[in-house]
Amino acid sequence: MKASKVAQYGLITALALVLSYVESLLPPLGVPGVKLGLPNLAVVFALYRLSWKDACVISLVRVVLVTLLFGNGAALAYSVAGAALSLAVMGLLWKTERFSSVGVSVAGGVAHNAGQILVAMALLETSRLAWYLPVLWVSGTVAGVLIGIVSGVLVKRVPDKK
Amino acid sequence: MNWLKSHRNDMLLVAALLVLGGALALFLYVTRETGGYVSVQIDGGAVTEFPIGDNVRVVLGTGEQTNTLVIEDGTARVVEASCPDQICVRQGAVRYAGESIVCLPHRLVITVEGGQRDDVDATVR
Repeated sequence: MKASKVAQYGLITALALVLSYVESLLPPLGVPGVKLGLPNLAVVFALYRLSWKDACVISLVRVVLVTLLFGNGAALAYSVAGAALSLAVMGLLWKTERFSSVGVSVAGGVAHNAGQILVAMALLETSRLAWYLPVLWVSGTVAGVLIGIVSGVLVKRVPDKK
Repeated sequence: MNWLKSHRNDMLLVAALLVLGGALALFLYVTRETGGYVSVQIDGGAVTEFPIGDNVRVVLGTGEQTNTLVIEDGTARVVEASCPDQICVRQGAVRYAGESIVCLPHRLVITVEGGQRDDVDATVR
């Protein structure tokens, strides 16, 4: 791996970590699971500036580090499920080249929330969490639009130094 | 206007997702029914039930992992929890069938179930 790539990985992963921390400081928004998804800024940025594979590595490293630093073991399953489903959907939409960072990030936000609920349903062996789905569905869409717009600006403005 | 044009696909996707989410919410809203009783399950174990018309205050869980469940006025809520995130406490009260309060760290699921139990204490609302 080239040194410049290592540096780039480290920088974006660190940024994602800081964004996770900043998000944990924000006041909760009423319903559990409703959040802005700030770390997704770094992931969408990596997707557009680097590649899908790079975005996956950065996202998963972030999830593991955040769990080690602030979370607990139980939360890891939810986080990984959310991140994995989100990366898969974002990768697919990104590959079609029909969507900008807004569409990609919206789909990622919704997929992230859906993935977490599905794992929660499986782990708790209950289908009673369906009520959260529409709420998190819509909140994931709104958050995805915001994150998509900002990361679109970032991809355009941050200088690309090879 | 240019932005909207160049982001047509994005807008269509967002609209489609919002419509789908709205439809899902509408479906759940229309099919909702007032709860009959409250079921409590910890760590996938045995289920305990309380009629939602009763006035109940009970401490759930063992050791240091506890949640205090209060049922009154046909609603159920968690008033106290020993977990750090307090998500179940902040969530407030639930009253419709299918609604639930979940405490992930304690693997606790409190669910409002529909229908009436043959119970002397069942209240006519």
